[in-house]
Amino acid sequence: MTLRSTLSLFVLSATLLFSACGGSDSEPAAGQTSEAPTADAGLSAEELEHGIGPIAPFEPGPINAALAERGAELFRMKCSSCHKMDGRYVGPALGNITEERSPAYIMNMILNPQEMITTHPEAKKKFAEFMTPMPNQSLSEDDARAVLEFLRQQ
Amino acid sequence: MKRHTTNRIIAGVAFLLLAGAVATSCRTADQTGGNKSAAEAVYVPPGSYDEYYSFMSGGFSGNLTVYGLPSGRLIKTVPVFSQFAENGWGYDEETKNMLNTSYGNIPWDDAHHPQLSQTNGVPDGRWVFINANNTPRIARIDLTTFETEEIVEIPLSAGNHASPFITENSEYLVSATRFSVPIPQKDVAISTFKENFRGTISFVRADKVGEMDVAFQIMVPGYDYDVSHAGKGPSHGWAFFSTYNVEQANTLKEVNSSQRDKDFIAAVNWKRAEECVADGNYQQWEASYLRNVKNHSGMARTEQLSGSRMIFPSDCEGVIYFLPTPKSPHGVDVDPTGEYIVGGGKLATVLPVHSFTKMLAAIENEAFEGVVDGIPVLEYEAVMAGEVENAGLGPLHTEFDDKGNAYTTAFLSSEVVKWDIETFTVVDRIPVYYSVGHLMVPGGDSRQPTGKYLVALNKITKDRYLPTGPELAHSAQLIDISGDKMEMLLDFPTMGEPHYAQAIAAEVIMDKQVRMYRLEDNEHPYAVTSESETRVERDGKNVHVYMSAIRSHFAPDNIEGIHVGDKVYFHVTNLEQDWDVPHGLAMMGAIASELLIMPGATKTLVWEPLAEGVYPFYCTDFCSALHQEMQGYVRVSAAGANTPLTYHTGE
Repeated sequence: MTLRSTLSLFVLSATLLFSACGGSDSEPAAGQTSEAPTADAGLSAEELEHGIGPIAPFEPGPINAALAERGAELFRMKCSSCHKMDGRYVGPALGNITEERSPAYIMNMILNPQEMITTHPEAKKKFAEFMTPMPNQSLSEDDARAVLEFLRQQ
Repeated sequence: MKRHTTNRIIAGVAFLLLAGAVATSCRTADQTGGNKSAAEAVYVPPGSYDEYYSFMSGGFSGNLTVYGLPSGRLIKTVPVFSQFAENGWGYDEETKNMLNTSYGNIPWDDAHHPQLSQTNGVPDGRWVFINANNTPRIARIDLTTFETEEIVEIPLSAGNHASPFITENSEYLVSATRFSVPIPQKDVAISTFKENFRGTISFVRADKVGEMDVAFQIMVPGYDYDVSHAGKGPSHGWAFFSTYNVEQANTLKEVNSSQRDKDFIAAVNWKRAEECVADGNYQQWEASYLRNVKNHSGMARTEQLSGSRMIFPSDCEGVIYFLPTPKSPHGVDVDPTGEYIVGGGKLATVLPVHSFTKMLAAIENEAFEGVVDGIPVLEYEAVMAGEVENAGLGPLHTEFDDKGNAYTTAFLSSEVVKWDIETFTVVDRIPVYYSVGHLMVPGGDSRQPTGKYLVALNKITKDRYLPTGPELAHSAQLIDISGDKMEMLLDFPTMGEPHYAQAIAAEVIMDKQVRMYRLEDNEHPYAVTSESETRVERDGKNVHVYMSAIRSHFAPDNIEGIHVGDKVYFHVTNLEQDWDVPHGLAMMGAIASELLIMPGATKTLVWEPLAEGVYPFYCTDFCSALHQEMQGYVRVSAAGANTPLTYHTGE
């Protein structure tokens, strides 16, 4: 599996690079390295803070208890095999994650983990530390929003 | 007699050796086929897709293989009738019932003819069906998952070769007896063949998932019913079957079945059969047969079916006619318009083509030359539309293109012969290597054939690949049929013995592929949907391990309190929810294969430990950088020991 995954990651990265070449000059694609490589891998300040993926920065507002309850069930089924609230397991503890990362970053990490762990410097650091890649558990954006709400409750 | 046969075999082998020597020593560029432009025609760049999915029967492997065309790359083996240790098919608790038959659980069969489901005579990409030749069965494979989901047995039959050949709206699959037998079975002398042996032609309902069964059967004389194809367009409602051994020989058939100048193509009017069933003109016969059904997430279940509606031609006038056809016909193929029925008379010097229109007129005019068991035999001249001269030696099978051409394989002369359907004249021919059986044009037996590629499915391989000891992979050859002249493009090896194949444009099915099973939809009784549900439960001597797998650990991965004499069920749910992340499970000493568990699915391995000790298990499918760490232990204590049942992960 890993070999295939690695290959598909490579192909994905190559595709991104390739498509970036034909893209608009003013809007660099995610992962583009056509300019001189830097420590931030060419990411914008917004991407560095809020992650790479479908979710733009947003204010989550007051905690919605019903949404958090749905998030708890999703977390149990899709996430709890690897993450606990306190203490390292397969992945990092998530009890304080909403203090460490922005809401959009958390959702982008859930929804777009492959690109995050290969492109985003913070996610790459976590991958290097924990070694097991964050899997894509195929949550919808609504599901990811519910999981975020559950995490905000912790 | 024996000596005579031996001489014949020696002569045959000598001929083959000679032919082989000639072929080996005189390989010209023309013989080897292909050139630089052929290489470009089959080149699919890395990361790019093929144009067609091609489904090749696995023959004596009992499976179905899937190749990309034009590259000839093997992309999948779908286990069907044979156990497949690679993914646990037929070994794990979920799938082993799929191999149940009324004779018991059978680990093997011989799979010959893939047939894609059709709508309005065009392959629609919902399912592919395939027959089991030895213990008569038909399987349905879902083309969103490439998994076998249903297998139904055919009762009162033997040698299920003329199968499954589908009707144009997937109403029925057919089945027939290549080996006539006493029906129902009874203890009789084999020499009483003519008196006691009979054949059946069966129609199996195909269009309702989980409900395949035998709609009705037709009792026919004790000949060998060999290959079939359904009518289409104007001939929709009919199905055609080649027969041989109208001599009704029961020994040394290679000689004794070839005495007469003509055998028959049987034309069956299945709409008429439906009327006879509706009117009660059939006999209710005793029959007992099984149907095995598996949905995506559950256990395969076996259902007992019974009874047969047996139609006798003398009680259902017009249900079947015999069309005299030279000589021991093998293939029977219907052109895209539904008008022409081509008989591949494997010992004939000409290729006979019957006309459906003329057949209807002959029936109307009662142009009969005789009647056999209530079945009128039509006059050859009254039904024959034309005879193709010089169609090669040993013509077997015919497919069609989109330009009014037919392509026929010639087994003895090892060639594909192209001829014009309207004029019955040969327009081109190409040698193939060697001894071609079936051929396949994508859509080539449907109402909408394509016109770009043809695959020759060759029976003899000899010198086409690096030699690999006595057994060689069979060889398929891809031929460009887009121009006036056929051009050889590619050799590619195939698994088992592909008999027939079918292909469909990639875009018809590639976007419908299931990538994983949602945990929310998992209905397996022993599934867990979260690591928090994993546990071990004892029920007498049976121990059920509710286990989860995710990159890269099992839960639980330490289990104690198992005793010698226990039967341990590992029910493993793969909690991944992404594409292409299966996990495996192998248990040291388990008398079974591994499990291979798709994301969101549950599979069960049974292990009966024989001796005290601590036994490791591990994940077999390389899943992450820490895959090697995906392992665990089970402690086995003596029978009656008081080791408590405990289990955990990460504590």
